[in-house]
Amino acid sequence: MVTLKTVAHRYNNLSEIIFENWQVDKTQQWLLLGESGSGKTTLLHILTGILKPSRGEVIINETSIYQLGAKKLDQFRGQHIGIIFQRPHLIKSLTITENLLLAQSLAGLPLNRTRIHEVLDSLDVASKKKAYPSELSQGQLQRVSIARAVINKPSLLIADEPTSSLDDKNTNAVLNLLLKQSELNGSTLIVATHDKRVKDAFTNTYELK
Amino acid sequence: MRSKPLSSFLNIMLVAFGTGILTILLLSSSQISEKLNKNSKDIDLVVGAKGSPLQLILSSIYYIDFPTGNIPLKDAKELSANPWVKRAVPLALGDNYNGIRIVGTDSNFVRLYDLRLQSGKFWAQDFETTIGATVAATQHLKIGDRFYGAHGLTGSSDVHKTHAYKVSGILQAQGNVTDNLILTNISSVWKMHDPAEEKEHEHTDKKEEHPEIQDKEITSLLIQYRSPMSVVMFPRMVNQSTNMQAASPAMESTRLFSLIGVGTETLQWFAVLIMLIAAISVFVNLYNSLKEKKYDLAIMRTLGASRFKLFLIVIIEGLLLTLVGTVIGIAFGHACLGLIGHFQESSQARLSGTIFLKDEIYLLIAGLGIGIFAAVIPAVQAYRSDISKILSKN
Repeated sequence: MVTLKTVAHRYNNLSEIIFENWQVDKTQQWLLLGESGSGKTTLLHILTGILKPSRGEVIINETSIYQLGAKKLDQFRGQHIGIIFQRPHLIKSLTITENLLLAQSLAGLPLNRTRIHEVLDSLDVASKKKAYPSELSQGQLQRVSIARAVINKPSLLIADEPTSSLDDKNTNAVLNLLLKQSELNGSTLIVATHDKRVKDAFTNTYELK
Repeated sequence: MRSKPLSSFLNIMLVAFGTGILTILLLSSSQISEKLNKNSKDIDLVVGAKGSPLQLILSSIYYIDFPTGNIPLKDAKELSANPWVKRAVPLALGDNYNGIRIVGTDSNFVRLYDLRLQSGKFWAQDFETTIGATVAATQHLKIGDRFYGAHGLTGSSDVHKTHAYKVSGILQAQGNVTDNLILTNISSVWKMHDPAEEKEHEHTDKKEEHPEIQDKEITSLLIQYRSPMSVVMFPRMVNQSTNMQAASPAMESTRLFSLIGVGTETLQWFAVLIMLIAAISVFVNLYNSLKEKKYDLAIMRTLGASRFKLFLIVIIEGLLLTLVGTVIGIAFGHACLGLIGHFQESSQARLSGTIFLKDEIYLLIAGLGIGIFAAVIPAVQAYRSDISKILSKN
């Protein structure tokens, strides 16, 4: 499903981070563990096709993503990879529904309002469909951002530090949501974090040193 | 755009203001030149007293300025009989009714302007008048009505109370100066100023004679040539061998336009300057909002938008700003011109706001061009942005 082959990235010709080879199988749930500064964000960007590594190959769904053209890569990302950021980052001038419609249209997929309702419903925020992001609480916003990540049923779901600013109770709630949503949508899940509290929920761990 | 309503509003206003001025200039100059051409259509030459040729044209064709003076009827008759002249129309000006000029002339005038009656008949007897369509409408005159003319071209302080004019006919609307004239015969104008009858009328300076009456004079002569050959010879002949001057409407109109041209050109540059400032302001607005939107755009990339799509989004935003501005500007220009026309005193060259020109398309294109021009640098930046860097900075 996801394969990392001899990937390394060099910043400004200074230090080079070498990443261990990594094999993730379909519908597995992985933890990507590393302290801040260990190259976690770099690896996430490489995995999502945002940052081209200086060396090596990334294969997702039998596609070597950095061999795709720029436009194809953007489209591939939109259709096959769902990303949940540390902060929700919805587009402020659009309603929740419009934000999700945008995610469908930018990925080049047909607009499907039933699907939007279904996803929002499964995350318990269907009542906020017509609200603007500024009218939602932080917790609701995070759920909407999860909804946006899974709206196109991605084969790979990636979450970047989803729990760093949450207390124990909410951390568990969010983790459960992520696990449940990745199962529901048949996605492979990778959660990147430095949060040791999360460790127990995952059997597979890729650790950066 | 939605996130910064004030600066967007400023951009739109600037673009609208620049376009508005250009629209007004474009419309007014085209309407004025069209009106001028329409009125002088069939007149090759105007002969009148010596003075400013432009003044002669303005007073005898457009009925705007004061006449240059009078010419002896005898000399005018001689010129009319010249073999080069196909048609000569005598004009006797000097009186008005509520600011509308009373023109003493003969039936040649009717043929020259190809006038048609809406009702009644053309003037025949002394003090009978045929009035233009606009005059009938604005002064509420009907056939059979009587009115008094006043001395001079404007104002009604010195009314000729001895004779009343009578309306005998109303012209069809012609779309030229004749709509705003009162036509009568020349002898009516003479009789109005006849000193014998004038005596009864209280006149402050009785000693001042009216030479125009003693020697039978007229104001000017409108001439149509028999052949184009006369264009060169005839004016020279008039100017050299008689005590009168000849002025060509075509030449004087061109001269008038070159005089007005300096003013319109300055305004034009002013408007272009405003458009330029508008372009810079749109640019600054887009550039600044790009800083704030960088994250939004990066998110859109992660959702599958291509670089080119982001480029387009920024360009479209710029286009939208200037397009709205341009459309408002054009509408504003038309409204302004309509308003000017509404309050205009001289009805001879009334401007209208409801006429649209093909050239306005160019204004629209120029507006779009400015939008693209202002948006292209921010758009290229959006295209080039390194989303990995933006996202990791957070």
